[in-house]
Amino acid sequence: MRRANLNSWLLAAPLTGVLVMFLILPILLIVAVSFWTADAFTFRPDFQFDNYRYLFGSAVAWKVFGLTFMMAGIVWAVTLVIGFTIAFFLAFHVRTQKWQMALFLLTTIPFWTSNIIRMISWIPLLGKNGLVNQTLMGAGIIDEPLQWLLYSSFSVCLAFVHLYTLFMVVPIFNTMMRIDKSLIEAARDGGASGFQILTNVIIPLSKPGIMIGSIFVIALVMSDFVTTRFMSGSQLANVGRLISNDIGLLQYPSAAATAVVLLISVLLTIGAMLRLVDIRKEL
Amino acid sequence: MSKMRYSRRNILKGGAAAVAASAFPAPMIWAQDIKNVVLRQAGTGVSAFNEVAAKVKEDLGFTLEMTALDSDAVTQRAATQPDSYDIADIEYWICKKVWPTGNLQAMDISKITNYDKIAGTFRDGKLTPDSVIAQGTAPHTVGFVEGPGSTTFSTQDSGWMTLIPTIYNADTLGIRPDLIGRPIESWAELLNPEFKGKASILDISSIGIMDMAMVCEAMGEIQYADKGNMTTDEIDKTIGIFMEAKKAGQFRAFWKSFDESVNLMASGEVVIQSMWSPAITAVKAQGVPCVYQPLKEGYRSWGGGIGLSAGLSGLPLDAAYEYINWYLSGWVGGFLMRQGYYSAVPETSKLFMSEDEWGFWYEGKAATGDIVSPGGTVIEQAGAVRDGGSFLDRMGKVACWNSVMDENQYMVRKWNEFVAA
Repeated sequence: MRRANLNSWLLAAPLTGVLVMFLILPILLIVAVSFWTADAFTFRPDFQFDNYRYLFGSAVAWKVFGLTFMMAGIVWAVTLVIGFTIAFFLAFHVRTQKWQMALFLLTTIPFWTSNIIRMISWIPLLGKNGLVNQTLMGAGIIDEPLQWLLYSSFSVCLAFVHLYTLFMVVPIFNTMMRIDKSLIEAARDGGASGFQILTNVIIPLSKPGIMIGSIFVIALVMSDFVTTRFMSGSQLANVGRLISNDIGLLQYPSAAATAVVLLISVLLTIGAMLRLVDIRKEL
Repeated sequence: MSKMRYSRRNILKGGAAAVAASAFPAPMIWAQDIKNVVLRQAGTGVSAFNEVAAKVKEDLGFTLEMTALDSDAVTQRAATQPDSYDIADIEYWICKKVWPTGNLQAMDISKITNYDKIAGTFRDGKLTPDSVIAQGTAPHTVGFVEGPGSTTFSTQDSGWMTLIPTIYNADTLGIRPDLIGRPIESWAELLNPEFKGKASILDISSIGIMDMAMVCEAMGEIQYADKGNMTTDEIDKTIGIFMEAKKAGQFRAFWKSFDESVNLMASGEVVIQSMWSPAITAVKAQGVPCVYQPLKEGYRSWGGGIGLSAGLSGLPLDAAYEYINWYLSGWVGGFLMRQGYYSAVPETSKLFMSEDEWGFWYEGKAATGDIVSPGGTVIEQAGAVRDGGSFLDRMGKVACWNSVMDENQYMVRKWNEFVAA
């Protein structure tokens, strides 16, 4: 008995060690540094709240946090609709497993290129002289190229959706595959319409997948800074960019304070979502 | 044991080179020892070329390890981690920030062979005897200190130099002449509503604010006492003008890295923007017309140099002086001149450039044959003339130097607001 107990401790130890070393300690360090002071070149241990006072007192910071939440909300809603539709199609309309896997792999295409290449490749599509504008102008729908297609909040959202829809598809597809097909047959036999089957059977049973996907998407969008910078042509700022600007200017304590606030707000968001669905119970 | 043979002697050709080589006081360094020396150079990307490190190994025998960082990171490293580098390859405004920390050591100009040939801009600030010294952190104002160990800058040539100048240039706006179709003569054009949604500025606060100042002054909106050292009031006004322009949709995008500026220009998304000289070359190399437009208000200029870490002594210090003397002896100068930069000792660079290259890049003459970039692509054909003309024409019209302001922290916060607005 004791031996088994020791064994399970030993088995858990490596992972615990790794998590403490590389997750818990760094986060504690960030929290500690957020109370330090900094001048032009150096920062030194201290315990004061200036970094937080500046952050909460700055209109720009509020605006940037607002924008970050708004982006996360929009991208979440769009990826949810698209991701759910794709997963639904893959799980219930594609008959053979071979085709399911082949089509599933296709959804990973956006990850085959690097960020820089992606950023450049949007220009010929969405730019002033890009394909979209030329097509619209050729069809006589618009007279002047649409400016807001590129380097705008639209293009940032588009890039996020393009990138992160996969993170919705995977978990939703996974839970849908596990739905017992006989439940759907039973619903149909009971006289339910297709829409009723969707809302009363499939959506409730897919909830855990939807929740996991939502957590991925929200956490990724809120922590991003590269996509926002490239796709807005540096004209929009989200929280990630505030942090990276601070780091570039050697203001580590202020960057740490922003990071702590971001971490807490992401945790709160995810905590609230988990209150709605108990993932563990549903799995 | 044999004394080290300076292979530079084999490479330099002609009488002038022989004179330079014999005037060079060969220090007592044993070839075997110097081969083991490794000099670590940390610097901004502008001059960190692998070709230079390879040539150092070939000519001098020792190893040069180069780390390229952005300006902010270099400043930080130079100021806070003096043990992590032997040679700091930095800009003069960074020197102004870093020197007071005492992490760099002054250099004895009597050990610098070509000191007398260094361009006047870096010695007394005057390119020609009647030049007017521009605003901002002009290199000669932070180029000398009182003596070894001193942390106060000397106003004149004291014999102890902070940085040995290596590379500099005059920056201006880049334009797409084919898409604009009319002459551009003033910095004020950047905010001309005609280019609404087609303009860009660089998102690097310390340099961007200077471009902004050039524009605001050209528009007649603000008169600066010193663009290189603005008051908080001037910073507010300058950023305010650009904030309004941003809200009105003047800017298509901002850029932070070299390749972004190239893409914006080459794709036609932007027709007028802040730009750096090699970016113009890169756009032209794609076959797209692009001009580094000289403007009537003058240029915003910058200069870089190499400084020695305070911790450097003994053999590595001798090797570092070797390196500096080699740097100024011409090969690197020629290499940099072909990128569109200027060498601090133009005379020696001439020995390593063809007559046509020298005429095109330095004298502003029409090219007589193809002008080829160091990468091997033809960037100009016969008959082409460099934008802005000769060295004296361009460097003689500097309106201000890149600088660091007393109100730097304040400016940076304002800049962040501008980006987020």
